[in-house]
Order: sequence, then structure tokens, then C-alpha cells
Amino acid sequence: MTETITAAAMSPAIVALFIFVLACFIGYFVIWGVTPSLHTPLISLTNAISGIIIVGAILVTGSPHATGLEKVLGFVAVTLASINIFGGFAVTQRMLSMFKKKEK
Amino acid sequence: MFTIDTLAIFYLISASLFILGLKGLTHPSTARRGNYFAMIGMVIAIAATLVNPAVQNYGLILAGLALGAVIGIIIAMKIDMKAMPQLVAAFHSLVGLTAVLVAIGTYTEHAAAGHVDGIMLVELGVGAFIGAVTFTGSLIAFGKLQAILSGNPVVFKGQHWLNLALGVASLVLIAQFYQQGGLMPLLLVTAIALALGILLIIPIGGADMPVVVSMLNSYSGWAAAATGFTLGNHALIVTGALVGFSGAILSFIMCRAMNRSFISVILGGFGGEDDEGSEAAHAANQGVKSAAVEDLAFMIENASKVIVIPGYGMAVAQAQHALKELTDILDEKEIEIKFAIHPVAGRMPGHMNVLLAEADIPYDHVAEMEEINPEFSTADVALVVGANDVTNPAAKTDKSSPIYGMPILDVEKAKFVFVIKRSMRPGYSGIDNLLYYRDNCSMVFGDAKEVCESLTNELKNS
Repeated sequence: MTETITAAAMSPAIVALFIFVLACFIGYFVIWGVTPSLHTPLISLTNAISGIIIVGAILVTGSPHATGLEKVLGFVAVTLASINIFGGFAVTQRMLSMFKKKEK
Repeated sequence: MFTIDTLAIFYLISASLFILGLKGLTHPSTARRGNYFAMIGMVIAIAATLVNPAVQNYGLILAGLALGAVIGIIIAMKIDMKAMPQLVAAFHSLVGLTAVLVAIGTYTEHAAAGHVDGIMLVELGVGAFIGAVTFTGSLIAFGKLQAILSGNPVVFKGQHWLNLALGVASLVLIAQFYQQGGLMPLLLVTAIALALGILLIIPIGGADMPVVVSMLNSYSGWAAAATGFTLGNHALIVTGALVGFSGAILSFIMCRAMNRSFISVILGGFGGEDDEGSEAAHAANQGVKSAAVEDLAFMIENASKVIVIPGYGMAVAQAQHALKELTDILDEKEIEIKFAIHPVAGRMPGHMNVLLAEADIPYDHVAEMEEINPEFSTADVALVVGANDVTNPAAKTDKSSPIYGMPILDVEKAKFVFVIKRSMRPGYSGIDNLLYYRDNCSMVFGDAKEVCESLTNELKNS
């Protein structure tokens, strides 16, 4: 086989793996840079963005072929992820607005 | 209208905004902007998904979004900052449950349409597994933090073998699912993982909660990444990896700050409330000096530098607002005041910083352990408010101590040390604190809030 390695020739799973591993490196370097005083907001912010799983929930719910049961599963999933997203961002915002410098 | 490639570009933008958002947390001054970046990223990701041609029914989606928004925002606005660890544990459980529901729903939809392949089945199985472990694990952590469940570690014989057996059984089931599909193996994997989530967290004691919170943070990220693999959605994969690594690094930092290995935390059994320990401490109660609030006020009045060491006890007593007043008074009297934060002070990483910020104490008065430790020798007064194990010199001197080797705040190097404490009961780990028997240390017995309030009154009147 003389096929060269191009993104088009790779299976989607391998492309995904590439992205995953590279993202792990980005995560490693970005997170070490976070100041320890903001570790609690870091946890709540990462919690909010992990609500991106809502993408999967939307796809399950919105599919034209979804059965009744799948719609229920999907609706619950959308709601839970949405609590996470809105709650996570709002509480992060609330915390970050408390971090103030000494007023002069 | 929108091709798959266009949507992919939107997801790429959203993933980049998440990275920039986390990068914003490098400093408090850029942090809020970071949060906005992440919010915009989320809006783009959701919008891109809604316009995806595969999504055709909008009613339930919008209803779910709206319902979640109302519940989420109400909770976020009402939550007491002291309860942040419980809140994030609860939120992590939601991510876990969502991952499970998405895996099951995705499987049945794809199976009905006839396009599932082996790789996808493995990804679904793994996604459901991680999601389920995250879900019940977080519920247990929530219960422990909220004191619905006892903080004591639950250990029984053969526990680790049972966990191992359940792990192997899950692997076997995922392999079976890979070969023949079917809803049954998927549901069985989920059920086992639900049990495993409980079993993994019950042996971990209250003192290790900062690690547990970080660890579940990490799991919720891996759950999102696994879902991303199933759906072939790269935004989910990137986000999941970021969150997964974030939690993993925080767990590592917490373990290092307690000089424990990650494995020993996971295996658990450490940090129950030990009644015998408190008896022993009571017997040793002889050698401590006690001081009145007036003495403390006098020493602070004549000091040029004061370092306050807050711990979870401060949060329980809600003493942070009195400490803010103390800060203002000392600023006025031009006495330097700083707050020293140990990485594991409180019940989650950075918990003390948030509580102090909530009380309006400026963050430039707050210092981390490495930064402040060299300064104790130049401090006239070190005031310990509700912290215990993180000040215990036994970590340096007593090889037989369970906390030997743990990095601590060098409180004893200050000229005078005052410890505000309700009684001589030892801390979370059940270990007696040698600091209390030092010559330069005095105990001020009482509720942290009341003591701090009478201290500020004393100082105001002088």
C-alpha cells in the first residue's frame, strides 16, 4: 500500500484521536498557568464548559427519527446540561466579580 | 444551508474561545473577560448545533434550555459561597447523567437507522461508563460535603477486589457490546458503572475532599470527551480534554499539598473523625497556654506585621466578614496584614480565596503558601482562624505522624502565634497539632466569628 497519510485518508476516529491528544497538551499548559487563587472559579468554569455535552443532547432530541422515549431522554439531558451551563457561568461570574484589588 | 464544514468552523471557534477563557484565569484582572469568552463559545456551539440539518424538532430543545437556564441561574445566584464544593459536586453529577442519557439515546437512534459500527459501540460504552461513574460518584461526594452522608471513610474487606471485579466485568461487557451491539450490554455497563461510582467515593474521607472534587471535575471532562468521540464532534473532544486535564492537574496539586499519592487517596480510609483521638488530645491539654481577646488585641496593636491563616473553620463560623473589618482597621493603623492560604485549606481548591473575596478582602492581601512562608519569620503575630493540620509542625519533625512530609505554613516562625479555636479537638485528620504546645503559641478559645468581632471592637476602642 503506497497511500500517504493525509487527513482525508485517516479514519474519523483517528482524526478525533489526534485532536484529543493535542487538546490534552493545550489543557496541560493552560491549566498550569491558572493562578491558585482562582482554582475554585476554574472548577466552576470548566464545569460550565463541560456542559457542551448539550450538543449531544440536542442531536438526540432534535432528530426527526426520535421515538417518544428518545425524546424524553433527550429532553432530560438538554435540561440537565442547560442547568450546568447557565448555573456554571453565572456562579463563575458571581465569584469573579468578588475578586477586587484594594481600592485606592 | 450550512454545510458540515461550516458547522465545523463554528465548533473550532467555540473550542478556541474556551481555551482563551481558561487562559483568562491566569490573573484575577483578566478572569472576567475569560468567562465572557467561554460564554460566547458556548452560544456559538449551541447555535451551530441548532442549525445542523439533523436537528428538526425544536420545541423540546428550547423548553429544556429555558427550564435549565431558570433553574441554573436561580441556584447560582442563591448559593452560599461556603457551599461551593457541594454545588460543583452536584453540577458534576449532572454532566455525568447527561453523558449516560446521550449515550443511550444516541445508541438507540443510530441502531434503528442501522448505522453503528464497532468503534462507535466502544465509544458509546466508554461514554456511558465514565458518565455513570461521574454521576453516582458526584452524588456521594455531594452527600458527604452537604453532611447528608457521614464524612467518615466507609471501608470493608475485599472492597478493592470488588471494584476490580466490577471494572473487569465492565470491560467484558463493552467487548461484548463491540461484537454484537444490543441495548442490554449497554444498560448493564451503565448499571455496573453506577455501582462503581458509589464504591469508589465512599472509602475517601472528609480530609481528602479537595482531591475528590477535583477528580470528579476531571471525570466529567472525560465523559464529555468520550461523547465527542461518539458523535465525531471535535468541539466536545477538545473541551472534554481541557476539563479532564484541568481536574487531573488540580488533583495532582492537592495531593502534592498533602504529600499523599493519588493512589492512596483513591484507596481511601484516611481522615475519619476519630473520637479516641480527641480524647488523647484532651489528655494532652495540659501544656497549652490560653489567652484572652484583650491580649491578642494588645499584641496586634503593637505589631508591625500580622499574618492571618484562615481554614475551613473560618467559613463554618462565617468569620470572614469580621476579618475584613480587621483588615480595614489594620490598614488604617498602617499595620501590615496578610492572609496565608495553604493549597488544601477549605474543601476545594481555592475555596478560601473565594470566601475572602466574598468578604471584600482585596486579593493583593492574600498570598499562597510558597509566597508567604519566608515572611513568617518577619511577622510579629500569626493569627490562625479555623485552620489546623496545615499549620502542624509535626509534618516536619515527627516521622511517625500520618501527615509527615506534608508542606505546611511556617506559622511557628512568627514571633507570637495565636490560635482561635473552639476547643482542643483535633482537625479533620484527627491528628494532634504540635503547634499548640510551642512557647510562642497561645490559644484563644471561642467561636471564630465572636472572637474576631470582639477583637475588632477592642482595636477600635483603643
